[in-house]
Amino acid sequence: MIVVQHDLAMYALRLGDDALVLAQRLGEWVASAPQLEEDVAMANIGLDLLGQARSLLSYAGSLLEPVRTEDDLAYLRDERDWQNSQLVELADDGDFGRCMARLLVFSAWQCELYAALAASQDQTLAAVAGKAVKEVDYHRDHATQWVLRLGDGTAESHTRMQDALDAVWPYVDELFESDDLVTRLVADGIAVDPASLRGPVLDYVADVVERATLTLPAPTVRHSGGRRGVHTEQLGHLLAELQHVARSHPGATW
Amino acid sequence: MVSVATEPTELAELRAIVAEVPDPELPVLTIDDLGVLRGVGTDESGRVTVTITPTYSGCPAMDAIADDVRSRLAATGHADAEVRFVLSPAWTTDWMSESGRRKLREYGIAPPSPGGAGPVPLTLSVRCPLCGSPDTSELSRFGSTACKALWRCQACGEPFDRFKEH
Repeated sequence: MIVVQHDLAMYALRLGDDALVLAQRLGEWVASAPQLEEDVAMANIGLDLLGQARSLLSYAGSLLEPVRTEDDLAYLRDERDWQNSQLVELADDGDFGRCMARLLVFSAWQCELYAALAASQDQTLAAVAGKAVKEVDYHRDHATQWVLRLGDGTAESHTRMQDALDAVWPYVDELFESDDLVTRLVADGIAVDPASLRGPVLDYVADVVERATLTLPAPTVRHSGGRRGVHTEQLGHLLAELQHVARSHPGATW
Repeated sequence: MVSVATEPTELAELRAIVAEVPDPELPVLTIDDLGVLRGVGTDESGRVTVTITPTYSGCPAMDAIADDVRSRLAATGHADAEVRFVLSPAWTTDWMSESGRRKLREYGIAPPSPGGAGPVPLTLSVRCPLCGSPDTSELSRFGSTACKALWRCQACGEPFDRFKEH
């Protein structure tokens, strides 16, 4: 029972970390997106993800021994304790195409994941997923419209959208990887088998890519390790910004 | 003194008190109009429990709503009321009351179409809440809050908020 509880906490943490890290990345766009409406869009999508992260981290923390709050987990964990996929931590470096390429893949993945997780044997995960699936469907739609517009746009936007897709593609495969922890939870009907998401997610993305007159990249390298706490250099910088106020003023409230 | 509320009439009165709590971001609507208020009851010890559900996972209004609920109940002698958050079943715009839709329209926000979350996707024309024209278009898929998008009326030229179907 204790083992299952710890597995469950780690699984909720993985999904929560994915949502929180991407929320932070999207927040970086506020006031620097290509247009005002997009500032608002990035903030809104980030807010949805932040809400999902709060539910998932609160749940994970409640299952840990000793119990941790959502704030403990968000603000007081070091880089190696974060279990998000590397895809969400990648810095956009001001490249809007990269932001949309990542959002397309990630929201397509979240959409399929949450739709399946809504039927989880675990009531809390099922409730969070059932709530969030409609939100991420809207995100996916938003990213789809941008990828179509930029891919099937000018020669310049087409080239940059293709470059963006190529840049994020080596990080896509990690979303479909499994390990012993997930396998145990899948057997209990709690987690979703990541491998089962590959078909529907890639079908969706491939269709958008084709309509956008882009080419689906064939990766020569696959990055992975986020679920084991192995991250790119970029996560540390993100965490510094996310955590520094909370760490500089422990326990402060306002 | 801890008051014990178990009589149906008293529960109905408590519900009426809580139902008047406005949404902090849409003060024209109450949490009852929105369908955010899911239930009012009492636990084994007689403590009042109020159940609310968020419109969107990240809705920042939930804490303010919970504070409002507690303070209104405290003012009527139920200082120990508990507010519970539930996610399931997931909130949908179908839960918005008819009076809620009317109030939104009068306030200048186009209400969500009824049955917007149904199995058959229908794109109904959105009527301008200011002049009533169906000749409108979407300006931005995201708006001032998580639950709204920004639209514009071609007939009167005014921009307006639209409550998204969800």
